[in-house]
Amino acid sequence: MNDATQLRPKLRWTGTVSAGVSAALRFVTRYPATSIGVVLCLIVVAAALLAPWISPFDPNDQHIIDRLQSPNGTYLLGTDSFGRDVLSRILWGARISLLVAVTSIAAAIAVGGTIGMISGYIGGRVDLFVMQTMDVLLSFPSLILGLIVVALLGPELINLVFAIALTAIAPFARIARAPVLSLKERAFIEAGRALGFSHTRILFVHLLPNILSEVLVMGSLWMATAVRTEASLSFIGLGVKPPTATWGGMMREGFENILDAPWLSVWPGIAILLLVLGLNMIGDGLRDATDPRLRGET
Amino acid sequence: MSHPTLEVVGLKKHFVVRKGFPRPVTTTVRAVDGIDFRVDQGEAFGLVGESGCGKSTAARAVLRLIEPDAGAIRFADTDVRAAKGSALNALRRHMQMVFQDPYSSLNPRRSIGRTLAEPLAVHGIARGKAGRAMAASLLAEVGLPDTALDRYPHEFSGGQRQRIGIARALALQPELLVADEPVSALDVSVQAQVLLLLKELQTRRGLAFVFVSHDLGVIRWFCSRVAVMYLGRIVEQGPVARVFARPRHPYTQMLRDASPIPDPAQRGVLPRVVGEIPSAAAPPPGCHFHPRCPRASDICRVTYPEWNDPDGQGFACHHPLDPG
Repeated sequence: MNDATQLRPKLRWTGTVSAGVSAALRFVTRYPATSIGVVLCLIVVAAALLAPWISPFDPNDQHIIDRLQSPNGTYLLGTDSFGRDVLSRILWGARISLLVAVTSIAAAIAVGGTIGMISGYIGGRVDLFVMQTMDVLLSFPSLILGLIVVALLGPELINLVFAIALTAIAPFARIARAPVLSLKERAFIEAGRALGFSHTRILFVHLLPNILSEVLVMGSLWMATAVRTEASLSFIGLGVKPPTATWGGMMREGFENILDAPWLSVWPGIAILLLVLGLNMIGDGLRDATDPRLRGET
Repeated sequence: MSHPTLEVVGLKKHFVVRKGFPRPVTTTVRAVDGIDFRVDQGEAFGLVGESGCGKSTAARAVLRLIEPDAGAIRFADTDVRAAKGSALNALRRHMQMVFQDPYSSLNPRRSIGRTLAEPLAVHGIARGKAGRAMAASLLAEVGLPDTALDRYPHEFSGGQRQRIGIARALALQPELLVADEPVSALDVSVQAQVLLLLKELQTRRGLAFVFVSHDLGVIRWFCSRVAVMYLGRIVEQGPVARVFARPRHPYTQMLRDASPIPDPAQRGVLPRVVGEIPSAAAPPPGCHFHPRCPRASDICRVTYPEWNDPDGQGFACHHPLDPG
């Protein structure tokens, strides 16, 4: 009997709309929490992308006569102490939150992931030194580290991104290093060396694709943290400068009138909550999907 | 005798472990402790021994996958140990490796086609369509259809993966294959198929083999010459048929008698194997084998025996068995 003839037929995408719909339905019934997370994040992404067209007012237009209005027909979520429309500001604020979260985590993955991968691949004293440096970085609470950086460099969007990225480098270095430690002992890496592949090729062509899923799972969870950190820094006045609409900044401004107009802080708070919740739900779903113990139970 | 393809003289690899604080204790594991052997063109040379005797380390040191500490390795008149950079890469085209574990020897995220075409591209042999065509012919050579090119390792059985691993090793048209237990992870029926394939490649391509195994049956069938290793050293070396039919070293005899022969006429009581293989970090003084040896005498406890080679079957023993 020849074992070569027993190849399974390859799965093929049949490509019809109804097949797509039923696949989506299967996904929703099987992973309800992840689906909710996807929907929440899509809403925020849509709000950010469509803000110029769907927001009823300019986010920075001051309607002095309509200050501190509670939610009503004209201003669906009310107005703040300058008479600015809260709904419009939340829609525009989604841009800042997503921009900061995506760019800072992308930078952290690029820098931290590369450091961790190379460190684990080299091993020995280099690895020891690099990882202990990362532990030092890790020992600062991310908010404190972000606070120091922004306080030193000034409250600019780019500094905020830099600060959050800096706090996330160490965790990504760790998460990228761990699988490299076990993967580099596997025979296909040794085979690569026997075939004369360069270290760069082994690292980025052979190791990277094998650790990417784990890193991206962490990425979605850390994006939630980045949203929170950005909001916290904005809340204590170290975020993007006013009058730019940010969710954290709106909470802080609303705080001044918390007794008269609680909605000013509540609406951006709910927006932050939903985005963080959505990102976490996607992260949990991705983590389960890449966990070999949970995979394959169909 | 034909021109040697590979010549190894006095190869050593010691692993040094320093542990403890504040006064670290240094332990030296003599994995390979001065071995000599040669492999002629197109010859299958076996390295056999128990687990931990250093046979895999020796195989890897030949390919410089583990950097040897001492000794000389010559491949077709090139100094393997001195090779660097492009010279080392040129050598890699001549010597390739087949691995034990077919499940970890292929990158799970690369299709078979890309895995096979990659070495061709890296060494500037073929790219794109030409590379794919060569990958397909490599697959054909190991008995797999070219539909396998776009599939991933997890879609294949252990035997099929081992064939793919062999195809990858053949990609650079090597003259020597170092095979580290190439069939020990496979089912017995599949073992036979893979061994037949390797034998066929040996004849068709004139490949030389360094074949590492703990399975005497496999070595007996595949190899023409064999070296028996014990604790980092070769204790007996010679033509396979003679070494196993009339061993001179008591350790070879013990190994042979411990491996069952599927013949009811030969049924007998298996001899008791005495003791475990000692740690290579603390080998016994004198002959390493003396604590387990039925023929050991006082001199065995003190002096390591000289290498003796009266008739092409060499051994290192003070009290060798009769050649008769």
